[in-house]
Amino acid sequence: MGGVLRELLRDRSALCGLVLIGLLVGLSVYAVVAIPYHEAIRLWRGGETLWQENPRNARPEWVNWFLTNDLPRTIVVDSQVAPHEERSAGGSVREVRTILGFHYPYARFPSELAVFFEANYAQQAPQVELTWRTPDGGEIRLTELGVGRRDVYRISSDQRLQQELGGRPDVVLFANPDKPQDVRPGRYALGVRAYLFEPGATLRVRLVVYGEVYGIAGTDHLRRDLSLALLWGTPVAMAFGFVAAVGSTLSTLGIAALGAWYGGWVDGLIQRVTEVNLILPGLPILILVATLYSRSIWVMVGVVILLGIFGGGIKTYRALFLQVKESPYIEAARAYGARGWRIVFAYMVPRAVPVLVPQFVTLIPGFVFLEATLAVLGLGDPLLPTWGKVIEDAYRAGALYVGQYYWVLEPAAMLVLTGGAFTLLGFALDRITNPRLREL
Amino acid sequence: MAGALSLPLPRSRAINTTLVRVGTYTLVRGVTLFCTTAVGVYLTILVANMGGYVDQIKRAEIREQVALWASLSNEMRRLPQDVRERVIAQMIRVEEQRLGLDRPFLVRSVIYLRDALLLRLGFAERMTSDVGSRLVRQIILDRLPPTLLLFATTQILLFFVSVALALRLARRYGSLQDRLVVALAPTSTPPAWFYGIFLILIFAAWLRWLPFGGMVDAPPPEGRLAYALSVLKHMVLPVLSLTLTSIFLSIYSWRTFFLIFSSEDYVEVARAKGLPGHLVERRYILRPTLPTIITSFALGLIGAWTGAIVLETVFNWPGLGRALYQAIGLFDTPVIVGSTILYAYLLAITVFVLDIVYAIVDPRVKVGLGG
Repeated sequence: MGGVLRELLRDRSALCGLVLIGLLVGLSVYAVVAIPYHEAIRLWRGGETLWQENPRNARPEWVNWFLTNDLPRTIVVDSQVAPHEERSAGGSVREVRTILGFHYPYARFPSELAVFFEANYAQQAPQVELTWRTPDGGEIRLTELGVGRRDVYRISSDQRLQQELGGRPDVVLFANPDKPQDVRPGRYALGVRAYLFEPGATLRVRLVVYGEVYGIAGTDHLRRDLSLALLWGTPVAMAFGFVAAVGSTLSTLGIAALGAWYGGWVDGLIQRVTEVNLILPGLPILILVATLYSRSIWVMVGVVILLGIFGGGIKTYRALFLQVKESPYIEAARAYGARGWRIVFAYMVPRAVPVLVPQFVTLIPGFVFLEATLAVLGLGDPLLPTWGKVIEDAYRAGALYVGQYYWVLEPAAMLVLTGGAFTLLGFALDRITNPRLREL
Repeated sequence: MAGALSLPLPRSRAINTTLVRVGTYTLVRGVTLFCTTAVGVYLTILVANMGGYVDQIKRAEIREQVALWASLSNEMRRLPQDVRERVIAQMIRVEEQRLGLDRPFLVRSVIYLRDALLLRLGFAERMTSDVGSRLVRQIILDRLPPTLLLFATTQILLFFVSVALALRLARRYGSLQDRLVVALAPTSTPPAWFYGIFLILIFAAWLRWLPFGGMVDAPPPEGRLAYALSVLKHMVLPVLSLTLTSIFLSIYSWRTFFLIFSSEDYVEVARAKGLPGHLVERRYILRPTLPTIITSFALGLIGAWTGAIVLETVFNWPGLGRALYQAIGLFDTPVIVGSTILYAYLLAITVFVLDIVYAIVDPRVKVGLGG
């Protein structure tokens, strides 16, 4: 074993694969530690309210490195850090004025505009009046509304405002008066005048100018941060691949050893079951189970292992064990009284494990892609964020048709990276441990 | 070794025993394979019916339909409560009888198995064929040609290209091309649909050269030639993705296979005799490896069908794979079982024929002698 390891470290592609696998394992550990399992599910499935300050379908921020005109980032202006003045307006009514100012440097229009309110009151909701201030000092009255405890006013989708302005608000409000197709960069502001009717009432206002880029991975159609899915997809893919590969190879090995040791009808039965298993169409059965029973990723792993137990490898292992069975150390074990199961699982199976290692390393990428395959068919885990689910979402939303390539390419890159790492290592292991290939 | 001991047999008797041997072997093998297929199909029937759970779904559906009908029908509304309930119960019973739901599932599963094995595929529950027929046979026959067109074409193409290239590389072991193929072999890890997405991205979404999916333009072009060209255009991307996913690994493994065989002693001898390269290849490398090559080709051709499910879904290709996927989504058990039995039969027949071919062609295979 030590010799194999030394040779692996000398082999460039194996080293490459090992480093990549190390990175992926590190990433998995980070993902699980930084965002616990339930937190990840909550974030991914929690609905749009969790992500409402993210732009929809935003590209990752680094696309700006390749563009001459930067795509706008999201700008959030909070009333808690903005200047405000308060005065009494008779009785217990207070009038609070706040200016939410921000600098808009981009040459492209924002994708959306929205104002979020958090109000604290007992009975009577605050009344708010919103005005828009352009860089040249012009003022446009937007609307007047009473706000609930948690409320949103989406400027971009206000139909009445759109009619008044004669165009989409997020375009008209930022347009250059001389050239309406162009953005006028400069200092804009949202003027908020709020009337609070109760002595203890408070109001927090946040203006969100949605951009077109977000974070290191961008967002999807539900405004979810894709980096969460990419990050959490790593442990899921690694676990699926590893458990499925180890589970199916080890169980196959055990069964083959049992058959070789006991011979007779046990061996015959195992051979017959293997033949039946070859007739069963694997992927359709997986799809059936996923559709009819459960799409949970752990059920899928179980079925994959079950289908793999009597896989094609059994014949190879059986031949190996037939040789092992005759070796002197087995005879020695029998001589001091070891019995069937003990011989099979304590003496024969461990003997074959080194032969198995390249085998399951080459199996892992197949299983990693299998998870993605099931997800693309709409049979991915209903809860967990996985790479396959991201590809499926993108495919369903027609990301390729509308040019949101990042949405497909990012999870695809992760899949290629994982698959590639294990394949590189597997091929190298095969070269080193397979004497027939070595002679060549 | 057994052959060496029985050497002094007269020639005719040797042929006779060979015939008996091959005959018995064929019979035993045929029966075993048939039983294997039957068990496999029965398991599929059990899974596809969720061990009887699909029956409950169907029963609930019948109840819902009858209740809906009863609530909308004026006649029913006029009847008194108890009579109405009786009529509803009666209708549910008749409907359940019609679908055979009154018998226990285990009994029906055996009937299903018999029908499946006799290729009486029956009627689909929800899907229809292109002309609106509910016959499973018709649905499968409708969807089979596109799948055959796509997968058989690709498999045949791939097979000949990779064997030819592999022979070439085996001759030039260690050359730049050879090392390139070895280096590119890992590209076969991603499945075909994965390459499909990339190809769609590049050639359909970005360059707009080729269609996103489907089999012909909509509406289908007039004239045979235009139609064929349109189909051809739609085939480019799926064929390319199938090729990308297996070409390098297939060349690589054939090359390794040929290399191992070309280091056999008898090949060395043939070379030493001064036989030209192509003769050595044909007689001393290809000839003894023929059974393996045939097997791999035949099994590859049949096995390709499993991958069709995803690839056809991604490319919207109206083939058997997509039909199966739709059938699973619609809980249409007869179609699922029908496609599975088709696959199982094809596989079993191929394995059977291959076994016989082995027994006849390859003198090294000693069948029927307890091996």
